[in-house]
Amino acid sequence: MDFAMSARAEEFRSEVQQFLAEHVDAETIAAGRDGTIHSAALHRAIAERGWLSGAVPAELGGGGMDPVELCVLVEELQLHQAPADALGVAVVAVSMILEHGGEHLRTAVAPRLMAGEALACLGYSEPESGSDVAAARTRAERRGDRWIINGAKMWTTLAHVADYVVLLTRTDPDAPKHRGLTFFVAPLDADGIEIRPVETMGNERSNATFYDNVVLGDEWRLGEVNDGWAVMKTALKYERGIAGGQFPSPPVIEAAIDWARGACRADGASLIDDDEVRHKLVRAAIDVEVCRSFAYHTAALASEGAMFGVEGSMTKLFASESYKKHCAWFLDMMGAKGLLTHDDPGAHMDGRIEEHFRHAPVTAIYGGTSEINRNLVAEGWLGLPRSR
Amino acid sequence: MRTRYSEDQQAVAEAFGELFAREASTDAVRAAEAGCGFDAGLWRTLAAAGAPGMAVAADYGGGGGSLVDLAVMVYEWGRRIAPVPLVEHAVCARLLAAVGGDWHRDAVAAVAVGELIATLAPGPLDSGGVARLVPAGAVADVVAARRADDVVVTRSRPPATARPNTADLPLADRDLSDAQTVASGAAAEDAWERALSEWKALTAVAYAGLAAEVLAMGVDYTKQRRQFGVPVGSFQAVQHGLADAATRTEGARLLAFRAVCALEAELTGKPTPPIRARPWPERPVSAANKSGKYTAATHPGLSDSRSRSEAGRSDGGRLASMALLFGAESARFAADRALQYHGGYGYSAEYDVQLYYRRAAGWLLQLGEPSAEIARLAQNDLGPKATEAA
Repeated sequence: MDFAMSARAEEFRSEVQQFLAEHVDAETIAAGRDGTIHSAALHRAIAERGWLSGAVPAELGGGGMDPVELCVLVEELQLHQAPADALGVAVVAVSMILEHGGEHLRTAVAPRLMAGEALACLGYSEPESGSDVAAARTRAERRGDRWIINGAKMWTTLAHVADYVVLLTRTDPDAPKHRGLTFFVAPLDADGIEIRPVETMGNERSNATFYDNVVLGDEWRLGEVNDGWAVMKTALKYERGIAGGQFPSPPVIEAAIDWARGACRADGASLIDDDEVRHKLVRAAIDVEVCRSFAYHTAALASEGAMFGVEGSMTKLFASESYKKHCAWFLDMMGAKGLLTHDDPGAHMDGRIEEHFRHAPVTAIYGGTSEINRNLVAEGWLGLPRSR
Repeated sequence: MRTRYSEDQQAVAEAFGELFAREASTDAVRAAEAGCGFDAGLWRTLAAAGAPGMAVAADYGGGGGSLVDLAVMVYEWGRRIAPVPLVEHAVCARLLAAVGGDWHRDAVAAVAVGELIATLAPGPLDSGGVARLVPAGAVADVVAARRADDVVVTRSRPPATARPNTADLPLADRDLSDAQTVASGAAAEDAWERALSEWKALTAVAYAGLAAEVLAMGVDYTKQRRQFGVPVGSFQAVQHGLADAATRTEGARLLAFRAVCALEAELTGKPTPPIRARPWPERPVSAANKSGKYTAATHPGLSDSRSRSEAGRSDGGRLASMALLFGAESARFAADRALQYHGGYGYSAEYDVQLYYRRAAGWLLQLGEPSAEIARLAQNDLGPKATEAA
């Protein structure tokens, strides 16, 4: 048993740190504040380094980066607050295409995504279905050798900058809900697609996308007809290594320490000497080490070729729930000044804690809510009966 | 990185898992509670199996195993809350083997094979040279403690009665006024800190075992127990409480073993590549909003792991403290959920959950106040308070 990174993985970490020092500066982070947590230059640079294709499994034709190194990459991206939301989506889309896609998707779409020239977004959720993703109602009907798509998707984040949407549709409304689904990869410039912004509390822009008699050739289909659920399962598998989310708290803790060093209590004592503040900073640091232990463990399992499942749910559940808690603690610590946003010149460290406070809730929702993850732990880890 | 047991470690887990399941049933735990919280028969069985000295150097008649191997056994011990002071003994035996060479070599050898039971008094001695509430103090023949700048050891007859306590642990006061010095100065400091870190990390591992077992009790019970015509465990409110407990339990297990591995690596001269105490990089901040106070110089002890090591504490020691606090909290949470979902039966003396609930409180507190542990971690990560520095 050994939790130490290999010398090679540590070398890789230095390489990533050097890369991020060159490519992520205050402007890059600030650019993410326009609501789109994506930097085209950074995305392309990551792809050029081979880290995007590297994250795609070797057996599918990707770089097959060691999962521990992939974990290091994801860790460093988060610690540097790199606006890299498009990376994980691209990796998932490419992996799905390479496993299930036909000739057209494999040759015309996947290479562009892998090179970072094109972006993808995910069209799973709908206005009426989120966690119950298999209840999707967006219709795809076959007309000769074409498909006609009608419906609406929610939370198609990045759609306004992306080239393709990975679309979950219903092709057989009479079949049981998991058996009438089919995936497509739709070009977002197709006629009949409308993208409307969905603004969020965290200032992040997401989208609702609407599909009005969108015509797609069969070459855009991803996987077998009515076999969409099998494709979905592999998508969840690919999401695990790259989705990130294991290290959201460190930038908040860093900002809190910085604040506490500079601030004083009413009695003149430095806040960093306040027992309550010290207690919370220690508790938060412990939570970070728990997250790190989870992340390294799941990466090590993947590296050995062992399939892991519920550990990923545990990691995401613990990381996002503790992140929310930390944000609330440290916002409170700052009092009224904690409320100042980065637009105010007096905001501490660009209003970082305030910004994270507004962002944190979504991390316990997207990519599998805390409740869904608790269900998965209850069923998959504890063997309790299905409760829904 | 290999975060699973090796084949040898798997064999250790299975062998001791069976031994503890057989010899340390909850009937045995209850029987020990009627006495001073110690099962002499179980101790003899463990001694015959080489458990007490498993991770003591072979020079002293120990098994020469690593701290990680020891932790694998301790996890199984924790699962059964077995009424023998295995962790205290193992840690003290390693301490004596490291520094006690001049102190009755034959006594150290007797400790290594479990003929004598050894323990540590984690707290300071009182003015009369008495250590209060010593873990395993009721049964230990050998007690090591800190006295001024020294590590001291005494060998004396144990009282064989414990001070009545929540967790039915063999806590007792011990007179160390005639204890002999076995290490002084920096050597004593290092050895003592090392021993406490091992104790914390191993207790954290035991907590992970306790948590896993009490959680399993809660799961089994809620699968069987029917209310409103269905198993209680089919209710989502119950499932989610158990899922939270499972998540913390697994997190506690991983952090505890990671701490043990880091401590072992420090001993074998292969320290883990530094895990940054300040596990995040310097962040660029736009000039307009930059806090005037934000510079590396305002982060003494935090700018990189090297400066922290110079400040005194190893990654292993830091992780051990963290693992202890998180392990105790997680185990208490798991025991609380399991007890709650047993309904009134969980509160009854007849059911086993309450045994775990009480142990979960005891193991942490016998080491000292959690707030003091947090304060030490704060000093390590944040530097001393102005009042501490003065």
